[in-house]
Amino acid sequence: MPKKDDIKKVLVIGSGPIVIGQAAEFDYAGTQACLALKEDGIEVILVNNNPATIMTDENIADKVYLEPLTCESITKIIAEERPDGILPTLGGQTGLNMAVLLDEAGVLEQYDVTLLGTPLETIQKGEDREMFKSMMKDIGEPIAESLSTSSIEEAVSFAKKVGYPMIVRPAYTLGGAGGGIANDEQELRTIVKNGLHYSPINQVLIEQSVKGWKEIEYEVMRDANDTCIIVCNMENFDPVGVHTGDSIVVAPSQTLTDRQYQMLRTSSVKVIRELGVIGGCNIQFALNPDNDDYIIIEVNPRVSRSSALASKATGYPIARIAAKVALGYQLDEVINPITGDTYASFEPAIDYIAAKIPRWPFDKFTGAERSLGTQMKATGEVMALARNFPVAINKAIRSLEIGLDSLHLPGVEKLSEQELHNALENATDERMFIVAEALRRGMSVDEIHDITAINNYFLYELKAMIVKEQEIAEKGWRQIDVSDLQEAKGFGISDHTLATLLQVDIKEIQQKIKTEKLAPSYKMVDTCAAEFSAETPYFYSSWNEWDEVESLDGEKRMVVLGSGPIRIGQGVEFDYCSVHAAKSLQGQGIDAVVVNNNPETVSTDFNTADHLYFEPLTVEDVLHVIDKENAQGVLVQFGGQTAINLADGLKKAGVQIAGTALDAIEAVEDRDLFYQLLQRLNIPHIPGDTVMDIHDAKAVAQEIGYPVLMRPSYVIGGQGMVILHNEHQLVDYLSDLQAKTHDNRIFPLLIDRYIEGYEVEIDAICDGADILIPGIFEHVEKAGVHSGDSVAIFPAPSLTDDHKQTIEQYTKKISEELQIKGIMNIQFVLSEDRQTVYVLEVNPRASRTVPIASKVTGVPMVDLATKVQMGEALVSQEWKVGLHKEVPYYAVKMPVFSTNKLPGVDPILGPEMKSTGEAIGIGTTVEQAMAKAFGWKEDSLQSLREQDTIFLSLAKIDEKLQRALQSSNIMIEADTETQALLSAHDIHVHKVVSVQEAEQKCLADQYVLITDTHRTGEKDEHVSLREAALTSDTLHFSANDTLSAYINVAQIEQESPQSIQYYRQNKPNINKKERAMP
Amino acid sequence: MPETTGYLVLNTGDVLEGKWLSSYKYADGELVFNTAMTGYQEVMTDPSYAGQIVTMTYPLIGNYGWNEVDYESIQPSLKGFIVSTPSHNPEHYESKYTLVEMLEKHKIPALSHIDTRALTKIIRKHGEVYGKMTDNPEDKPVNTSVNPNIVSTVSVAEKITYKTNNSTDQKAPHVVVVDFGYKHSIAHSLLELGCDVTVVPFDTRFIEVQSLAPDGVVLSNGPGDPKALAHLSTNLKQIADHFPTMGICLGHQLIALAYGATTKRLPYGHRGSNHPVKDVQTGKVMITSQNHGYVVDYDSVKMDDWYVSHINVNDKSVEGLKHKTKPLMTVQFHPEAHPGPIDTHHLFVNFIKQFITKGEKQHA
Repeated sequence: MPKKDDIKKVLVIGSGPIVIGQAAEFDYAGTQACLALKEDGIEVILVNNNPATIMTDENIADKVYLEPLTCESITKIIAEERPDGILPTLGGQTGLNMAVLLDEAGVLEQYDVTLLGTPLETIQKGEDREMFKSMMKDIGEPIAESLSTSSIEEAVSFAKKVGYPMIVRPAYTLGGAGGGIANDEQELRTIVKNGLHYSPINQVLIEQSVKGWKEIEYEVMRDANDTCIIVCNMENFDPVGVHTGDSIVVAPSQTLTDRQYQMLRTSSVKVIRELGVIGGCNIQFALNPDNDDYIIIEVNPRVSRSSALASKATGYPIARIAAKVALGYQLDEVINPITGDTYASFEPAIDYIAAKIPRWPFDKFTGAERSLGTQMKATGEVMALARNFPVAINKAIRSLEIGLDSLHLPGVEKLSEQELHNALENATDERMFIVAEALRRGMSVDEIHDITAINNYFLYELKAMIVKEQEIAEKGWRQIDVSDLQEAKGFGISDHTLATLLQVDIKEIQQKIKTEKLAPSYKMVDTCAAEFSAETPYFYSSWNEWDEVESLDGEKRMVVLGSGPIRIGQGVEFDYCSVHAAKSLQGQGIDAVVVNNNPETVSTDFNTADHLYFEPLTVEDVLHVIDKENAQGVLVQFGGQTAINLADGLKKAGVQIAGTALDAIEAVEDRDLFYQLLQRLNIPHIPGDTVMDIHDAKAVAQEIGYPVLMRPSYVIGGQGMVILHNEHQLVDYLSDLQAKTHDNRIFPLLIDRYIEGYEVEIDAICDGADILIPGIFEHVEKAGVHSGDSVAIFPAPSLTDDHKQTIEQYTKKISEELQIKGIMNIQFVLSEDRQTVYVLEVNPRASRTVPIASKVTGVPMVDLATKVQMGEALVSQEWKVGLHKEVPYYAVKMPVFSTNKLPGVDPILGPEMKSTGEAIGIGTTVEQAMAKAFGWKEDSLQSLREQDTIFLSLAKIDEKLQRALQSSNIMIEADTETQALLSAHDIHVHKVVSVQEAEQKCLADQYVLITDTHRTGEKDEHVSLREAALTSDTLHFSANDTLSAYINVAQIEQESPQSIQYYRQNKPNINKKERAMP
Repeated sequence: MPETTGYLVLNTGDVLEGKWLSSYKYADGELVFNTAMTGYQEVMTDPSYAGQIVTMTYPLIGNYGWNEVDYESIQPSLKGFIVSTPSHNPEHYESKYTLVEMLEKHKIPALSHIDTRALTKIIRKHGEVYGKMTDNPEDKPVNTSVNPNIVSTVSVAEKITYKTNNSTDQKAPHVVVVDFGYKHSIAHSLLELGCDVTVVPFDTRFIEVQSLAPDGVVLSNGPGDPKALAHLSTNLKQIADHFPTMGICLGHQLIALAYGATTKRLPYGHRGSNHPVKDVQTGKVMITSQNHGYVVDYDSVKMDDWYVSHINVNDKSVEGLKHKTKPLMTVQFHPEAHPGPIDTHHLFVNFIKQFITKGEKQHA
């Protein structure tokens, strides 16, 4: 029984769509918390409009509201559900903000809802800089001295008092633009002046700089009985100055004496007690490397990205325990689920090192500013566990999937000494590799330390790694013996790197390793450094040590490949798919082995799989796991492109790939083979070809006609894709691409005719004979906008029965021809005259839309696909085959962007994906669903009243937009060309303003919304306008279709939120077979 | 120094291969593991490890070097030291020496590149494990028990007095620490709190203690089986009956023995900085630093005169005793920390308060 007996029903608020700074970690936290509550017999009501998550699965909460995270929506849910308690500390900043709003609006009081866990007052103390400062002063804990000011003189006199260097942060600028670090008065005057200019409210925050100090974090838990424990502390490789989310981090701390460790522990405990946190809390410190001075940088009185990392690094399930503590349990009453017979009131001891490296989106956003500072830019992260630092770092690098598998970054050799020096001084995502290059060139650890302030401990470890690599290379393949290989593996060096260092074929390395019977041993994560026995199925690899892991002994064992770090184009949806695949295997009595390296996710929770291996997703690392478990096969369709990309290598190594055959994968991924396939099947495809050189490209483009869509052959999320309107643009693009590519190998490239048609997509489960399509997604934006960035409606509202039949037929033809067994995603384009259905692309794997279709229709797609892959036929399942009848309600998927955190990235929609997450809206009509999707967060759907002004700069106008604008009575401002365009369509433009003027007005918050659809490829005034919209947080669109859709629903009255269970009650069995009906 | 292969042979039959970390080889003793992730210097200089070969479960040892501050005794008493991966390039502003330099200086045999997790699991499985560090994998451990006179090897030979710098009173309270292998942090804690401290040999007679006119007495931690010191019981009871007394670790066990309780061996001990202990009266849980292989048998405690003040949250073993009428308190854990958290530091404050209050009364 829970300690708080009066709490029987609890509302949990999720964190919503994934954005930079708030990623999959909250799916993990929320899922754990919901399950922990349910375990105590609590009825759990969940509200979260991120459809790609595990936590919004119906078996995680009793009722799931995929509804807007707004005060209005949640108030209605509270009124309907009447929960006894609300748990807001597990839904990130979003969850906390909602709780504060609800409290301020008096909703909690009105409906007598108890706020569980950390009190709101505490949350505010942690959030409000001034309150926090004064509280820290009261308890005598040091913080950085700071001052908000609009005066240069005030800034100078403050600096005189506190001392240099000082950090200057302009208020409300994008990514801290206009700020900097001042080392003396002259610099301070310049920077403050500049910062005041940049700040829309002419204000800067100046703060004592502790740049270069060690950055240390503590994860603390506290219960209502005042028991406080440290789950884990962490030390950043990057000293203070780089956002902790953008820092390479190790756990536990490596360079603190016990006295310092305890000093910061004592401070943490003091702070968490003073705050009165009930649950988890994260505290960040800066520690002077030259003495014991420290300051508290920040306190987060809730679970966070760091707590997810700490949970995975130690095995201690922070979110789960936080939920128990919120219910009133004491830590010494909660069993440590890892050991099963010790309690949660202890401090984990680990006997390995955990290393986290952030995953940045700069591979996609090549134009983005790569510098790292106070604004977090990473979209995800990887973690590696190892018995020493070099192995951890090498594993983490391999896990990043950035084309590297060691400290060697191609191209660094070309840097001049000065460039190298600059790259060391100014932190970017590449800095660790730059340090490695500096070491390779013989720069001393002390020199590098002087430039980077990175602790010598880490630098010496990197140096040892470089030296080892050099030793191996110098020795040469002929001289390499077993002990050399063992030592190399003891540094975590991959076979691939060994092959490169020794200039031999990787097969020779693999052969030798096999002959010498070298293999990794596996170690368990047990929270207690083996002090107590544990049965946790959570492992990592080590070399030259004893293997303590007993492989699974079920009749059948399958490996599920996860999807690695969250990145643009590959988000939490693939974690959803991997988890479901593992659960499906278990449901079929098959042992599920999961391999993944993303510490934020549910798939790396210790109780998701029968065995979890926290390892890089490379052929080498996965093969070792398969060998270890003696697995019969591997599932590659659920871990996104990451998993699919391993299929070939695994197959060649003799591993059985479940389901869809490898040549089928190739037949849809290789553009030439794919077009041949479609032609064979009589399915129309967009005219296009593969080109091998620039001359070829010009000829093909000429033949198929401009505009053309161009892309590299294997792409995730449309990386490097562009639409080109003439030969001039084509030549420019190709020369630019050639200049940017290190090895000049930009070919083969694919050129397709760009058809601005209507895009639809489906996900189908196929067994080679039958197919099952739960429904069709229709995109709001025309083809040319990446499907991940389009607003999509499900089921498709404007398709005719003929269209639907054609889609079903084509899907069936492809499935039959390729003998697809499992799941695939097909994107279609309907020509502008709606006469032709083209097949645009086939993805031989689960896709972004799978969780949405599954949740909206109730068809357990991943489960069915997994069963098919394990040999069951679709006809023997309870669901009907073919294209399902449409559900009597609509869902709209809304892409969500983080471009405001990435200076240098133009937020215009295009073929290259830019969104980081998605929200869902469900309603009884398309408009209702659309309104909820646009209104996914507070103030994101504004009602556009008469006095509201919008600015438009459009390239053309269509009927839909014309109607939408005519029906609305809002004031329109536009540039001259747009004014002409609109007037010609009987739309009144209130005022003509230039784009530059519009930018200023936008910054001054004078527009409710802007839409600028111009793309020239240059950094012109249109880009600046869109960036101004990001800076001022003004709603902005870059496609006519999105704007029309928005205007159409801006005025409607939204229907009440309903749970997904409620929607599905209506005709729940239309797509089930008769005999399966109750 | 070229790395040479060394072995740890155990009486369980296991042989672990590693590399010699110092030029001193050959050690035998009881194998124990410590799970603290920081504080190797404190662990290595803690006299309670006398006679033992210590392995750290945390694999990266030596990262922050060796300083002049974190000594728990003048020199290490442990028999041997075993780590997974040592650091040869320590980095810390206080660091004066590397781990290896200190192993050499104090002539401590040490092995690295041993699978310390595997070793820990062997110790956990077998409980009492003895081993030998050797060049010869065929070797067998010599000793299979700890020297019963081990305390005499680590205790001071003569009394030493330390004056506090922190006293506000003209006459600082005076605490006698009976040294069974005391950690310097015990004396530091008392000095910090404004007490003068006299450290006396473990077998100091009651009369001699009395002649020092202490306000309170602390019986310290130390190595070995408490029953090996059963002959001291009468003397210790006399001391404890007469003065406000605090027992720490071995001192706690000795008081328990003196008052008729018994001690027993734990399967594989508590050694680390993360042990949860519950104050039975307040219900509060604190994280403590521990290092012991023996424990007071709960059922043997004479409940007429004593109550169990602290218990271990995990295995429910006795972590502290309090006399019902006399100013006698004892704890199994280490309130002086080093390494470990200072959650229980208030016990020193409470201990001292007893005679400060008494003193004030006398003045009144």
